[in-house]
Amino acid sequence: MPPAHVQSLDEWPDQKIARLATLAREPAGTRRLRDQWETPANWLAWLCTVDHKALGIRYIVTACVFLALGGVEAGVMRLQLARPENRLLTPEMYNQLFTMHGTTMMFLFIQPVLSGFSFYITPLLVGARELAFPRVNSFSYIAFLLAGVFMYASFAIGQAPDAGWFNYTPLSSVAYSGGLNIDFYAIGLLLLSVATTVGSINLIVTILRMRAPGMSVDRMPLVLWSSLTTSLAVLFAMPALTAGLLLLELERRWHFVFFAPGGGGSPLLWQHLFWVFGHPWVYIVFLPATGMLSMVIPTFCRRPMVAPHLVALATMATGLAGFGVWVHHMFATGIPQVSVDFFSAGSMVVSIPSGVQIFAWLATMWYGRVQLATPMLFALAFIVQFVLGGLSGVMTAVVPFDWQAHDTYFVVAHIHYVLAGGSMFAVFAAAYYWFPKMTGRMLSERLGKWSFWVMFAGFNLGFFPMHIAGLLGMPRRVYTYLPGLGLDTVNLLSTVGVLVFMAGTLITLWNMVRSRRHGALAGDDPWHANTLEWATASPPEPYNFARIPLVQSRDPLWDGGVTVGPALDDGRQTPRTTPLDATWETAVQLPRQNAWTLILSLVLFAACFGALVRNRWVMAVCLAIVVLSVGRWLWPYQRQLLETEA
Amino acid sequence: MSRLRRLCLVVLVATACHAPMSVVAAAGPVARSLSHLTWVLIVASAVVFGVVVVLMWAAVMRRPTTDAAVDLTPRSARIPIVGGAIIPAVILLALFLVSVLSERQYPVETRVSAQVFTVIGHQWWWEIHTADSGAAFANELHVPVGQVIEVRLLSADVIHSFWMPTLHGKIDLIPGDTNRIRLIADKPGVYRGQCAEYCGLQHANMAFTVVADAPDTYLRWLASQQQNAAPPADSLQRAGAALVTAGRCAVCHTIRGTPARGMVGPDLTHVGSRLTLAAGTLPNNAAAMEAWITNAPSLKPGTGMPALPQFSGMELRAMTAYLEGLH
Amino acid sequence: MTASAPTFPVTAADSAPEKSFAWWAMVCVCATEASLFAYLIAANFYLDLQSSRWPPAGIARPGLLKPALMTASLLLSSAVLIWGERGIRRNNARRLATGLCGTLLLAALFLLLFASEYRDKLREFVPAQSAYASIFYVTTSLHCAHVLVGMLVLGYTLLRVLRGHFSAEHRVGVSVATLYWHFVGVIWLAVLTTFYLAPRFS
Ligand code: HEA
Ligand code: HEA
Ligand code: CUA
Ligand SMILES: [Cu+2]
Repeated sequence: MPPAHVQSLDEWPDQKIARLATLAREPAGTRRLRDQWETPANWLAWLCTVDHKALGIRYIVTACVFLALGGVEAGVMRLQLARPENRLLTPEMYNQLFTMHGTTMMFLFIQPVLSGFSFYITPLLVGARELAFPRVNSFSYIAFLLAGVFMYASFAIGQAPDAGWFNYTPLSSVAYSGGLNIDFYAIGLLLLSVATTVGSINLIVTILRMRAPGMSVDRMPLVLWSSLTTSLAVLFAMPALTAGLLLLELERRWHFVFFAPGGGGSPLLWQHLFWVFGHPWVYIVFLPATGMLSMVIPTFCRRPMVAPHLVALATMATGLAGFGVWVHHMFATGIPQVSVDFFSAGSMVVSIPSGVQIFAWLATMWYGRVQLATPMLFALAFIVQFVLGGLSGVMTAVVPFDWQAHDTYFVVAHIHYVLAGGSMFAVFAAAYYWFPKMTGRMLSERLGKWSFWVMFAGFNLGFFPMHIAGLLGMPRRVYTYLPGLGLDTVNLLSTVGVLVFMAGTLITLWNMVRSRRHGALAGDDPWHANTLEWATASPPEPYNFARIPLVQSRDPLWDGGVTVGPALDDGRQTPRTTPLDATWETAVQLPRQNAWTLILSLVLFAACFGALVRNRWVMAVCLAIVVLSVGRWLWPYQRQLLETEA
Repeated sequence: MSRLRRLCLVVLVATACHAPMSVVAAAGPVARSLSHLTWVLIVASAVVFGVVVVLMWAAVMRRPTTDAAVDLTPRSARIPIVGGAIIPAVILLALFLVSVLSERQYPVETRVSAQVFTVIGHQWWWEIHTADSGAAFANELHVPVGQVIEVRLLSADVIHSFWMPTLHGKIDLIPGDTNRIRLIADKPGVYRGQCAEYCGLQHANMAFTVVADAPDTYLRWLASQQQNAAPPADSLQRAGAALVTAGRCAVCHTIRGTPARGMVGPDLTHVGSRLTLAAGTLPNNAAAMEAWITNAPSLKPGTGMPALPQFSGMELRAMTAYLEGLH
Repeated sequence: MTASAPTFPVTAADSAPEKSFAWWAMVCVCATEASLFAYLIAANFYLDLQSSRWPPAGIARPGLLKPALMTASLLLSSAVLIWGERGIRRNNARRLATGLCGTLLLAALFLLLFASEYRDKLREFVPAQSAYASIFYVTTSLHCAHVLVGMLVLGYTLLRVLRGHFSAEHRVGVSVATLYWHFVGVIWLAVLTTFYLAPRFS
């Protein structure tokens, strides 16, 4: 909050600019920091780079390639569903497409794109020079990429996963799915879960231990609360999926019994394991989006967030409560009424923190001066669409209504309103917001507004009718439907709408391609925003900050709450601070890239294929190399690094 | 009678704007209460949505003219607490009560005795038995209007879900478990249901029909279904019967009263009386039957029914005549 | 701006390894691994609830002798490790090396007992036989895999001790390895309770 003598945000830019210049760049002619932090210019170093900015962008771009793949799959599905009894796709193709669409979007697009933004902005936001474990970051990026490649390799042999993104047993058991389809899904996700878990640990340690001196927890930008919450949620949720996948593969390949009813197994065990993971997961891919909104909205309302502590609390509460609602995906399985009611109530309780967040944004807008720049437009659309999607979620949390709505297009509408209309729109807001920081150039506002309005119109035209299709009785996951069920018009509308929506995203793609070269120069702080990443250069220098910023307030760039600290230019140094108050402890030395991160991920990739074809030798050799390369990776190559051991 | 019904189905199918599976077109008390609940939820959601959008609109429009005019003083958390927590909590509590009350209205265990059916899900058709008679049907359930029906649900392979939106919400058929629901049809008619849990290749074509009849019509129907298969009526049908009951069909299908005793596919004893073929994939008529016998996998890829291209046109006509005659 | 300029030491005055990044990361690893076992154990009890007898007919209630010895060897190994780690706090690398060797020996003893336990069990029932057998084997062997990883970590630490990497001020690697090993022991207690003790009380 601004100090009392400051009456408006216009009063301090000059003073601010002078101060920030020393934070952003080394004095002209000096290269001490640059020499330490720059990635060497050779291809191996490029491949194994540990620069969180390069890796963050790679994460985002790779995730967007998966978005394009998932989007193309969705487009083809929509063409098939445009009219009844269409014969564009065989049922086999359709089932693979919707499974890979859901899997891609949930695991390879939305989560990675959100963590990509986190990996990019977190060190900048906390005033650090890197993530806590730079080489882990390199590993988790490559492993994520290869997990995606592995799953998509299934298309090459025509055996893509085809049991839906939640892969219910016994349909996914070997008795009903004898090919490799499900093995691609299970093994690929196991690799991805490793990448995701270590990525989360990296963020947790960074957020807790690397905040600039003075950035106590109550001054932490809200998006960090989101990453912290979701990273913790990953630690506790991901193992449920890992356990499920492990049991599934053992049952499929070594005749263990877990899910088959003969011999004491239970098909519902899979559903419990999956959704104990799955529901936290939907908040893992949603809370970072709300965090992004809490960054964008104050900037474009020209005033600090209302009730930031409450919003942080709401974020944590959502993440926590998300572990207690999984059974709402299983209301139609016939489990006992008491537990059904419990989980119904839980699902309603979990809406309250969302309401708090929404109303905190509304209040910020109310007291502020809203500027309708493109990021803000996407943020506003997020609110509209997320509230609609949240409300359809609350409707399905009402058990008797869910008996009708479950597994229909009503649920498909719900998930797209919260995920595509919510999280994905937030990603677009974030992309327009941080693109200038990442590239040093502005995106075109004109193209941005075109893209926004086309996307907004297309999205609602495409996905709103799905509510109606569901209520008219259209089950999900059907490759076709009969004429005369009243479904023709709504489906045609949906298809037209999503095609418009896709066109809208392509305008942004074009905008990015063009603006990277020809966009207006952004300057360090084009939006006159409040947080530390805008205190440094655009794009930031390899060392992020030439001097360590010292923070005295929650909106440091607005109320002058940032001063210039030490240079720490003796090696690759960055401060280590205490978790709560962020008081200075020491400077730590961070490692450079090495090739073992790359080797490790490649070997794990090979091990996936070994597991797929069940070749014990390949797996044994891979295991040996894994052990050796981890050992080599961790071996300190420099006395100074003995203490960091990242 | 059955012609009338078939006409019904055709009309249903022909009227494009009619939605036979709409969750708000109830034909029984359970679905009617669900339909009311649906409307309550839609209205409540619309109101909350409207309020949020209007507030957002107002907040955007209420713009101080310059940055200098922006009020930067910190604001208390009153708006998010009242608007985002307290008011929603009240609304949610109300919704939860409505939910629990309407759920309690239809307990599975009631004292009223019910007509019991057992439904077994297969990839991708429905096997149906009545509790007391030996009759087995497929893909079509007849029920007496106004009486309590209990459906017991089992699965022979993967998970399916029994969904008849105009009569009741859906409930899963889980291998190794038995679920049950109770429903009442209070209007005579032909209702469409569909498998609602993804169950593989032909999940889309796993529909079924519920025919609600006056109780005496129902009893007559039941009695006729309990009979063995009608003997062939003419020489064409006799030729067909020979082919069907002794040939490849008999490996998979049962036709009671004949040597056909296969247990893999649906019971065909009264196949001619049904409204559809292949779990709602095709209307039941001679042309569809011939096409189905010749090349079922082209009509329903993945079906367990093999293509049987070996029959001549004459043979097909005979088999079809026999099967369509099995009322 | 100049009011009491803070100092920015670049080496930690207080070298407590619990403050290092690596230690915090290991806490996270333990948390997520503990969840993995928690889910497997929950799966065990879920399957238990679905069945009439657990272990099912034909499988005897597991005997406690070997598991007791296994528990003893793991607990003892943790104690020895603590003793060794105390050594490095006083710059006594030798004591640490001795402690690590002792821990590794006790871990090897655990593995031997585990192998003999498995030989008996496999004679009695195989994984494919029932849900009980499957969940028993998968959880216990996953724990065994953790023991193996733990031994690799301790061996690696031993190697580094012999290379003179550690001292009273520099012992993050030791603390992290120790933390992991204690964690493996705690997980064993959970596995023991689930598969050996719980069936006695149902
Ligand atoms: C971004 C991801 C995301 C988010 C945020 C949510 C949020 C919620 N979801 Fe959703 N959900 C999914 C992703 C998500 N969901 C997915 C992917 C599935 C399907 C998986 C599949 O089957 O494939 C699913 C399925 C799903 C189901 C199962 C449906 C079925 O299969 O039958 C249910 C049932 O309860 C549900 C409920 C909820 C609820 C109550 C919320 C709440 O958190 C929403 C809270 C928000 C609001 C309510 C709006 C804001 C609040 C206010 C403006 C205050 C005023 C509000 C009131 C007075 C009500 N979800
Ligand atoms: C984040 C999650 C997410 C997102 C964004 C989407 C996006 C879309 N989804 Fe998705 N969907 C799911 C998650 C998601 N979906 C899930 C989990 C399921 C359930 C799966 C299951 O049942 O197992 C599902 C199921 C599902 C179905 C139901 C299938 C069925 O039940 O039979 C349908 C049908 O219409 C559909 C359509 C679409 C469409 C048209 C889009 C469009 O929004 C896509 C838009 C396309 C693009 C945006 C691509 C074009 C972009 C480029 C070419 C590059 C652009 C690059 C930049 C901008 C940098 N989806
Ligand atoms: Cu049976 Cu879907
Ligand atoms: Cu959920």
